[in-house]
Amino acid sequence: MFNGIGITIAQMLCSTALAIIISLIFGLMRLSSNRLILGIATVYIEFFRGTSLLIQLYWIYYVLPLLINISLEAFYAGFIALGLNFGAYGAEIVRGSIQAVPRQQWEAAKSLNMSPILLMRRIIIPQTFPHLLPPFSNLLVELLKATALVSLISVTDLFFMSKVFNQTYWMSLQVFGTALIIYYILARFFLTPFLRWLEILAARKVGKLIG
Amino acid sequence: MDNKENIKHEPLVRFHEVTKRYGSLTVLDKLNLDIQANEMVSIIGPSGSGKTTVLRMLMTLEMIDEGVIYLEGKPLTHMESNGSLVLADEKHIRSIRSNIGMVFQQFNLFPHMTVLQNCVEAPINVLGLKPDEAEERAIDLLGMVGMLDKKDEHPSRLSGGQQQRVAIARALAMRPKVMLLDEVTSALDPEVIGEVLSVIRKLNSEHNLTMLMVTHQMGFAREVSDRVCFFYEGKIAEQGPPSQIFEAPKNERTKQFLSAVLNAN
Amino acid sequence: MNLEWRWDFAFEILPQLLWGTVYTLMAAGIGYFIAIFIGLLFMLGQRTRFYVVNRATREVVEFIRSTPLLVQLFFVFFVAPQFGIKFSAWNAAMITLGLHYGTYLSEVYRGALEAVPKQQWEACKALNFSVSRTYGKIILPQAFPVALPGMGNYLVGIFKDTPMLATIGVVELMQSANTVGSLTYRFLEPYTMVGIIFLIISLPTAFGLRKLETVVAKRQGISKK
Repeated sequence: MFNGIGITIAQMLCSTALAIIISLIFGLMRLSSNRLILGIATVYIEFFRGTSLLIQLYWIYYVLPLLINISLEAFYAGFIALGLNFGAYGAEIVRGSIQAVPRQQWEAAKSLNMSPILLMRRIIIPQTFPHLLPPFSNLLVELLKATALVSLISVTDLFFMSKVFNQTYWMSLQVFGTALIIYYILARFFLTPFLRWLEILAARKVGKLIG
Repeated sequence: MDNKENIKHEPLVRFHEVTKRYGSLTVLDKLNLDIQANEMVSIIGPSGSGKTTVLRMLMTLEMIDEGVIYLEGKPLTHMESNGSLVLADEKHIRSIRSNIGMVFQQFNLFPHMTVLQNCVEAPINVLGLKPDEAEERAIDLLGMVGMLDKKDEHPSRLSGGQQQRVAIARALAMRPKVMLLDEVTSALDPEVIGEVLSVIRKLNSEHNLTMLMVTHQMGFAREVSDRVCFFYEGKIAEQGPPSQIFEAPKNERTKQFLSAVLNAN
Repeated sequence: MNLEWRWDFAFEILPQLLWGTVYTLMAAGIGYFIAIFIGLLFMLGQRTRFYVVNRATREVVEFIRSTPLLVQLFFVFFVAPQFGIKFSAWNAAMITLGLHYGTYLSEVYRGALEAVPKQQWEACKALNFSVSRTYGKIILPQAFPVALPGMGNYLVGIFKDTPMLATIGVVELMQSANTVGSLTYRFLEPYTMVGIIFLIISLPTAFGLRKLETVVAKRQGISKK
């Protein structure tokens, strides 16, 4: 069971990293005035949000390797599917929080003749964090819960191990009950406090909650 | 274009037949306006008359529909390509935009940076100044606007008047050739308007900066301006020295506007 | 294994998948219907003045929201028989979906009620409205447009979570695809088609819901930004 927790956390970390990268790239692409870039991002986001995570997981694990002739370990398929899927949701959050930065901040930066890259990096992106983090926190709690799905492509995570125990000892209440409690502890006492701390940190950095 | 004329007069800024439309609404209608170096020009007029648009066009925040704006005789909104003028691209605009500085009605300070960081960010990263050099310049300017003691505060901790004084220092730190002031006291509480006006007064009298100011403070415009332009429906209805505009306006619209504004006070 | 897409095979399995789709839609619909009421119960539980009920509801909601639907599904399906209660896979699935999404909907309701300005309640008191009139005529009509986007999102969400039901043997779209796959050893067509069917249903639904939001907002005289 402890190994299972380790795998669940590893899945969580890898897929979070991937999801953040995807969110940033596609979130910024969604704000592009270039039709092609905008179109690609929109299709990606609508596709991954429109179909089910489980289907994407199965497709990436069972179908994709045959199509492009590679072998994909279950662990990789697991966090890739999670990252791609949650990245699509994250991209919409990134887009929304960039749009929530007042237009005047763009104008002020332009009046100081900042380059578009400098403007994004130093003025806009730092200001998105207070808007970004609360919905992103929710998303990450959902992501932690969704990691249970990777057990279905036989990644030996927490839930996979519980199913193995259940088949050996046939004590469903104890086994699945424990699994639920462990997920609860991970979400409520580790992930959520950490995210709350990040939110406070960001708010302070932006200078809205000093003192 | 009329290059010869440019060399003769050499205004710092020239609006030549500038037109701006939002959809079917014409905000600026073939505007011609010259601003000489070291001149202080005030723009007054009813809301919706295109006053702020003039500043936003010069700051290149808005695209120009027709006409050309020149800075020191060279086109700002356009560039020469194969002997003819075409709309400037971002690269061209960025190469000269630093010559213009702007102070906004809502201050628009960067909330996640301290006062000092607000003032050094662009000089370091846009002008390429060394950090200590930029800091020295910023401290000088913050001292001039009387905000040195707040240099490590975040803008949210400052009053509107204080924020606006920092915004002036931030714009000045770029050493612009023209300063644009867009209703800089409109968002302020009455009791702090004075502190901002006195900073502008100082810029005008001691530093002899070229300034273009949109304002509702008629008394102030009259006191500091070299020239006052009265805007009505996207055009300059009347312009002249403040004594003429405020004491002996010729245009009927100007008379109406001034009497309405002065009565309201 | 043959990697070419085979149209004849795709058409052969299409009826089976469409039949699965019917069950998927039923599962989502019934599960959502249950969730609407369970959400209401959870919301009332969290608003009651009885401390114990209030506290307990909050903890239960928090627990269900923080743990995976898939694990809950197994818990309900396998644990109930230990206590002599036998749920069919379908019933276990409906209970779990209803409970899980009930917690989400209770949050949506709560947020919507809180979005109605305090002054509206005070105005009702000042006019001496009854409780039912206050809710029925004043508060709920204002809360509904606020709740609608969240409710719509979870309708699409519950639909996209139904493939999980296959894991306890509920026969729906995903399960049909699994069956086809394990019988024929062809996964390309069934899984791809399942994905396309999901897209075909969820995209127009999401679009329709967004339209509905604007219509409702307009009818309430609340212009949407």
